[in-house]
Amino acid sequence: MKATKEQADEYKRLVMRRSPRPAILRNALWAFGVGGTICAVGQFFLNLALLGGLPLTEAVPLVAGVMIAIGAALTGLGVYDRIGKRAGMGAALPITGFANSIASAAMEFRREGLLLGVGARLFTIAGPVIVYALAAGLVVALIRMLVSGPAGS
Amino acid sequence: MTTKKNGQTIGFSNPPAVLGAAAVVGPKEGAGPLAGWFDVVKADRLLGMKSWEQAETKMVEEAVNLALAKAKVRHQDVDFFLGGDLLNQIVVTSFAARTLDVPFFGLYGACATVAEALALAAVLVDGGFAVNVALASSSHHDTAERQYRFPAEFGIQRPVTAQWTATAVGAAVVGPHGKGKVQVTHVTVGRVVDYGQKDPMDLGAAMAPAAADTIARHFEDTGRDPEAYDLILSGDLAAVGHPLCVELLERKGLRLDNRFVDCGLMLYDDTQEPVAGASGCGCSASVFAGYLFKNLEQGRFKRVLLVPTGALHSPTSCQQGESIPCVAHAVVLERSG
Repeated sequence: MKATKEQADEYKRLVMRRSPRPAILRNALWAFGVGGTICAVGQFFLNLALLGGLPLTEAVPLVAGVMIAIGAALTGLGVYDRIGKRAGMGAALPITGFANSIASAAMEFRREGLLLGVGARLFTIAGPVIVYALAAGLVVALIRMLVSGPAGS
Repeated sequence: MTTKKNGQTIGFSNPPAVLGAAAVVGPKEGAGPLAGWFDVVKADRLLGMKSWEQAETKMVEEAVNLALAKAKVRHQDVDFFLGGDLLNQIVVTSFAARTLDVPFFGLYGACATVAEALALAAVLVDGGFAVNVALASSSHHDTAERQYRFPAEFGIQRPVTAQWTATAVGAAVVGPHGKGKVQVTHVTVGRVVDYGQKDPMDLGAAMAPAAADTIARHFEDTGRDPEAYDLILSGDLAAVGHPLCVELLERKGLRLDNRFVDCGLMLYDDTQEPVAGASGCGCSASVFAGYLFKNLEQGRFKRVLLVPTGALHSPTSCQQGESIPCVAHAVVLERSG
């Protein structure tokens, strides 16, 4: 049987009343601590690269590469999922989280072959992020062009 | 002969016996409060196989073979094998059936599969269509995660309402009346109930109305009171769904008190994972085959009502915005003599 709309709404209210609340403060502290630590590590490598004499435009992608490698390595070692479990967005938002989403998919779907497993499903989780980041970038660039003319003009 | 009683409940006049049962579980389940009741605890979830699916298949084969050995039933004497799991095309059970090499009915009832299997096995035996029926119901944390949710190593935070799919298999052999101490006396076949819940990370809330519906039907059909049972177990409603089911039953005028427990709340202790409890086809199946059957056999329980619950959604149906239909079947297990 499918409940009527009234029954479903009434049940929804009961579920809302009875459901446990997430530990928002604890989750936020974890996210802040872990996310902050990851960013501090990134800053450390950035400072190191700048100290080594690299220009900022080259140091930034280098640091991104290093952080991606760290994220992928921690995924392979089976550590990153445990960090993410506690830290939530604090672990997901930095670029190490992006690396985790791709590396974990690669590990999981490797068993289905290189082409239809890894190849087709590598971006299962990261794909939507890339799609909408590109789309948003396009819109922002268009607005900028309409407002202040083509770049470099 | 079998008498179909009122409504949704079948009462067997020659109740088939559960001849033997075996539970094979993973390391996390083997570290939980019921550890001592399981027959085999695996040290790791991959079992040295190449994929999670192969590991789960191996566990099903082992559980069925163990149940047959305990029941003292040879392979060639098994008339049918009934079973199911959570995966698309129930591949795990089908692959295990390939190895077991006996006539096979594949079942899908999500996490209520063990009750579906027990009910049909009892019907086949009491109807005289079979002497020995083997059954199994299985789930594996990682095969379920990859199908329903995310890759194993993906670092995501689970909502507090989420349940942990158990790596567990429960298998049993049902045979003729009088051959064993534990018998299946009644089954109440559940309707599919849908109260409009849409969150696949909160299946307990989705399944609670189905459990309440079947439990209420059972008492109405049999004319019994809750006091008739030593224990009433819902399948895997867990920390969110179980109290909701209690409330729904109270609204129907049924108070089950503390004899009403939940398999999903029995498998892990609080320190193991910050989630609502266990779920999966193997959850109620392993609690039945490990804890429940042995306690009945040893005479600690006289009569119990097992009500496994299943959420009948798929990742696709949820993404398309459909609500989650659920089902619960009730099985009465009784110790004779």
